[in-house]
Amino acid sequence: MSALNVEEIRRDFPILSAVGETGRPVIYLDNAASTQRPRQVIEAMDRVYETCYANVHRSGHGFSAQTTALYEASREAARKLIGAKSSSEIIFTSGTTAGINLVARSWGDANLKAGDEILLSVMEHHSNIVPWQQLAARRGAVIRWIPVTDEFELDLAATPELLSERTKIMAVTAVSNVLGTINPVRLLVEMAHKVGARILIDAAQCIPHEETNVQDWGADFVAFSGHKMLGPSGIGILYGREELLEAMPPFLGGGSMIRSVTLEGFTPAHLPAKFEAGTPPIAAAIGLAPAIEYLQQVGLSQVFAHEQMLALRAHELLKEIEGVRIFGPSPERKAGTVSFTMEGVHSQDIAVLLDRISGIAVREGHHCAMPLHTRFGISSSCRASVYLYNTLEEVEQLATAVKKARLMLL
Amino acid sequence: MKIDEICDDFEDLGDPTDQMQYLIELGQGLGGLDARYKTEDNRVQGCQSNVWLIASPDEQNPAAMKFEADSDAIIVKGIVAVLLAAYSGRTPEEILAYPIDEVFERLKLTRFLSPLRSNGLHSMVKRIQALAQHSLAA
Ligand SMILES: Cc1ncc(COP(=O)(O)O)c(C=O)c1O
Repeated sequence: MSALNVEEIRRDFPILSAVGETGRPVIYLDNAASTQRPRQVIEAMDRVYETCYANVHRSGHGFSAQTTALYEASREAARKLIGAKSSSEIIFTSGTTAGINLVARSWGDANLKAGDEILLSVMEHHSNIVPWQQLAARRGAVIRWIPVTDEFELDLAATPELLSERTKIMAVTAVSNVLGTINPVRLLVEMAHKVGARILIDAAQCIPHEETNVQDWGADFVAFSGHKMLGPSGIGILYGREELLEAMPPFLGGGSMIRSVTLEGFTPAHLPAKFEAGTPPIAAAIGLAPAIEYLQQVGLSQVFAHEQMLALRAHELLKEIEGVRIFGPSPERKAGTVSFTMEGVHSQDIAVLLDRISGIAVREGHHCAMPLHTRFGISSSCRASVYLYNTLEEVEQLATAVKKARLMLL
Repeated sequence: MKIDEICDDFEDLGDPTDQMQYLIELGQGLGGLDARYKTEDNRVQGCQSNVWLIASPDEQNPAAMKFEADSDAIIVKGIVAVLLAAYSGRTPEEILAYPIDEVFERLKLTRFLSPLRSNGLHSMVKRIQALAQHSLAA
């Protein structure tokens, strides 16, 4: 049994009782794409607009001071959540993608030259692939790939050989958004640092689901998104070790990121403003704090245990269905993401039937991980991903619906 | 099958399960395409599953066009069958003037295309219209 009071949690999420197209509440199992948000988050955003909205860090008036204080409180909440040393290390971005692009542009352009190497893994999300491919093209660098084993894990035995003094940065995901595989981040950090490389961790699927401490990891950069952790969309965090961020040139230029501007040039602002050009998504940033608070109150270790219990059940039930193949390690070694295919059936057909007939929202396609799908010889899969508000009953309904879809399609 | 028959059948089936079953059967009943036609050129962009579509003159009525298509997803193939029923056997002028939105409206087709929703559907319609344009210009 789970230690979470799921019934009570569900009451905080208005959308979970909203009636979908089938006339019943939607069974939402697409949390790896984006989660839902509790009223605490929705209300916090409304409250800013209704009581004190103004631009941040600019004007001296009361509204601006209040909004700025809330905005900075969110930064502090994020700092505590991931155990960063200083709030200078917490950069607001629009999400994981923006954070990785920032590092690839700012750090990458300043530090990579022709022939240098970037080490990625085959299980990366496109947002942890394409920015590096762009960087490699700009600088003439070479990308190397950590393979994924038949057991759906990083091939750690092959990794040391892929690292050398030419490796300038390794960028890997903490948790696969398709396989649910949990990667050994500390070990990867050690491997990267041993050859003097930097390491960026894509933590989009990790920080929302388990307790994380970036200092324990020892990672140089960590990126994640608010919308995958009960928070608003349009806001995310890039963590970077202070001395690295200090040495990096600004990425976007504009308002807020400067100390002074003359006709001859500019001097950049201190951290974290140096990387926050322009007016940020203010209400979204403010909505991040109550999301973090919510997760901390429930307890991330309980959230993780609950998800594992649901994933275990999903594995048990889906495996029984003829033709179903699950892509991922066994449930005790993974997060709450269950991707599967059915022999002789296109994943899209399953997803459409789950949606239209059973009111179950899953994702179908390549989940922004085409190289990983290619690795396993498939072009698409169905992905069910759970979160703290999902129930065993919902997982059981998923299995029933998959069985029903199979009967209709075959 | 005629498009009007399909629309009537569909409306008679009130229940979403039966409607989906009907689309699946339409898909299963559609002949499909020989592998040599499943080329990148014939693939309709904008669909999440693969859809291939080709046009040729109608043997019975040389002024009219005939369409053949295939998909690797069966529900999409059912929807393709609906489109072919609406467009095949019409002249290019008729195709370009055809009020396909009325068919979509009757079938609530856009809702059935979830999760790719209407994007792929419109790509297919655009391809058919482009082929009709092309035939006019030729
Ligand atoms: C592992 C992983 N990395 C990166 C991303 C990109 O996140 P975002 O779209 O919020 O920038 C996602 C989610 O889509 C993800 O699952």
